[in-house]
Amino acid sequence: MEVGALWAPLAGGALIGSSAALLLWLNGRVVGISGMLGGMLAPVRGDVSWRALALLGLVLAGVIGMLVAPEQIGRSPRSLPVLALAGLFVGIGTRLSNGCTSGHGVCGVSRLSPRSLVATATFIATGVLTVLALRVLGAGS
Amino acid sequence: MSRPVLRNLVALVIGMLFGAGLLLSGMTQPAKVLGFLDWLGAWDPSLLFVMGGAVVVYAIAYRLILRRKQPLLADAFVLPSRSAIDAKLIGGAALFGIGWGLGGYCPGPSIVSLASGALDAIVLVAATAAGMWIASRFERVA
Repeated sequence: MEVGALWAPLAGGALIGSSAALLLWLNGRVVGISGMLGGMLAPVRGDVSWRALALLGLVLAGVIGMLVAPEQIGRSPRSLPVLALAGLFVGIGTRLSNGCTSGHGVCGVSRLSPRSLVATATFIATGVLTVLALRVLGAGS
Repeated sequence: MSRPVLRNLVALVIGMLFGAGLLLSGMTQPAKVLGFLDWLGAWDPSLLFVMGGAVVVYAIAYRLILRRKQPLLADAFVLPSRSAIDAKLIGGAALFGIGWGLGGYCPGPSIVSLASGALDAIVLVAATAAGMWIASRFERVA
């Protein structure tokens, strides 16, 4: 991989970290996308509107992305039934562990929260094992 | 503008910025995410740079911000208070990782990708919501 190809991931990551920092600085909140989505299903008084608007912001970013750089939104190599199963696992798992790649992986790891470090190591490990298992089964991407 | 309105506006703008970060970093390309998880295949290290960039910025900012008594637009910081490292945390994270490896989507990028109108993201987000609902039922019983 070319070194030049790494500026976008790095800049994108810095933008992710900056927006999470802005939310903390201005609103005093930690970014957690799974928590925002979960908050739509199990509304917490006072936390509905901002979470809904943050989710809307994500979709709006996607709309603008489709206009200026549609190639940035890729399709999954997996079939729809596999994606449905994937979503179920993502939903159940993030709900039980109270976080995903944003809340645990970025915000929690940055705080050196032992809980988030354990969660992040775990979901990366099972993610790698899952891709490996699919490869062994011959169904890999 | 009142502070609650400002906070909502901030949340909308931050959603957009966060989404732009996900788009720029390649997280909305499931094939790239799966490449990062494919340690025995053609491993794509770029996600390490995404996470590294995000963590370095947030780790520094977090420490500076928490020197303040309160956030700019709210009365207090609301920080995660849980500390238990238990079966629920590890089991949940393990299940999430399996889902991540199956589809190549984590929650943020899947929601950004809804904008493409492609069934991939729509099915995945709907199933994620269903999974959250199932887990919340389970938690109520347990």
